[in-house]
Amino acid sequence: MITAISYLIDAISLGSLDALIALGIGVVFGLMGLVNFAYGDIITLGAYTLVGTIAALSFPFAAGILVLVVVTVAIALVMERVAFRPVREADPTTMLITSFALSYTLQNLEILVLGARAKFVALPPFFSSFTTLGPLQIPNLSLFVIGMTVVLLLGLRFFLKRTSLGVQMSAAAADFAMARLLGVRANRVIAIAFGISGLFAAAASFALVAQLGQVNPTLSVLPVLIGFAGVIIGGLGSLAGATLGGFALGFLTTILQAVLPASLSQFRDAVLFTLVIAFLLVRPQGLLPGRSSVERV
Amino acid sequence: MLAVEDLHVFYGRVAGVRGVTLEVAEGEIVGLLGPNGAGKSTTLAAIAGLVRARSGRVLMRGENLLRLVPENVVRMGVALVPENRRIFGHLTVQENLQLGATIRSDRAAVEEDVQRVLRRFPVLQRLYKASAGGLSGGEQQQLAIGRALLSRPKLLLLDEPSLGLAPLLVDRVFEAIAELRKEGTTILLAEQYVARTLEVADRVYSLSRGRVAFAGPAAALRDSADFETNYLLGLAPSSAAAS
Repeated sequence: MITAISYLIDAISLGSLDALIALGIGVVFGLMGLVNFAYGDIITLGAYTLVGTIAALSFPFAAGILVLVVVTVAIALVMERVAFRPVREADPTTMLITSFALSYTLQNLEILVLGARAKFVALPPFFSSFTTLGPLQIPNLSLFVIGMTVVLLLGLRFFLKRTSLGVQMSAAAADFAMARLLGVRANRVIAIAFGISGLFAAAASFALVAQLGQVNPTLSVLPVLIGFAGVIIGGLGSLAGATLGGFALGFLTTILQAVLPASLSQFRDAVLFTLVIAFLLVRPQGLLPGRSSVERV
Repeated sequence: MLAVEDLHVFYGRVAGVRGVTLEVAEGEIVGLLGPNGAGKSTTLAAIAGLVRARSGRVLMRGENLLRLVPENVVRMGVALVPENRRIFGHLTVQENLQLGATIRSDRAAVEEDVQRVLRRFPVLQRLYKASAGGLSGGEQQQLAIGRALLSRPKLLLLDEPSLGLAPLLVDRVFEAIAELRKEGTTILLAEQYVARTLEVADRVYSLSRGRVAFAGPAAALRDSADFETNYLLGLAPSSAAAS
């Protein structure tokens, strides 16, 4: 029973991380129909920033987190302004190719400038210790990731429902052209969406670095792949769907880790993506299909 | 107020509008008539910045709107109520109306205008907090017009406001248009409902295959027996009607 609860908490924690990544991808996709393959590079660059500020520059932890957030949001905003805005009205494939090219360039720059070897960091002991609840020992990191996800989700919900800019963004995600006819500034809402995706990338960077204690150029490859799958099985264009899809895949990953026999555990990700394909064959529209047809702007 | 000069719009290689020229004076209601595919919606969409014109000019008080993106066209005082309303179904009536005032920062005046819209369309008062997606077609049309009015437009572009509505609701929509006219709102109205358009319009342009086939005062056509027949056939009205 204790083991089962431990697995459950791990599953919720990993589900939360994948939900954050899926949301970071989904918030941009929902608005402009862009599958940003360079999203993983924002996470990786954020992770390098965190490790660099804390391990190399000896910044206090809180300052390292602050710099991490500023850097990932800034990278996301620059990415939008420099790479995607100029091709926003071009053929849809142009944006897709731009996203591939950007990702490939950034990955190679990371290797060129920072090297291919992993860089290690020691975070405050809190993140490697446990909270004891009776017979149960819960990793503080899991609790922190779950809490961070809940706070970010509630924050995003508050922004979208309770603020004028959030309502504008929500309207633009449903019908971008109509929102523009009412005066909603396309450049502003898209930049905000990228900024939010950068914020979520910072959270994912922290969680990944805290889990592994290191960063390398391929840090975000698998989590982002799962995030993309989460966006698709959640239902393209739906933020709630992206959250649910990402969470479901993260949760399922941990459950597979627990239930697969030792001889099959190395094929965990293959089993996971086979299940994703099987699910999409049965329900191609995803769990919660988006309300918009993702009109390009 | 508005002058459209030699407007050409293409969808790929297909011409949507071919050399349309028209004018709307302050306080006027101008009808834009024509069968499906005549170019009415495309003309309005080009004025609002929704589709890009290949050539021509759209001058609003001297400013060429074709250089502007849609969010800046509405800031020039031009609001479009598009075909099929395009309300935000996942938002409430209140939120839809507030979105109509996106370009404004005078919150108190916006609230007064919202109340004015609710008095004009009482059904929206009752459904103010309801999800707009649950409204009937007629209610959605009233919401779409109310939403557009909240930007305090100098020129209101109405694209097929009667489309898909029951006759009683068409009456309500045209009553609202007549009321707006009394208040001095300038309107360019694209409609297939010829008789009703001629009742409210000062002047009309009839489009056929992307070109202006007729331009003249609405009164001249109201008594013309053959106008509607020709219109439905996509032909230019007879010279008798035009005179």
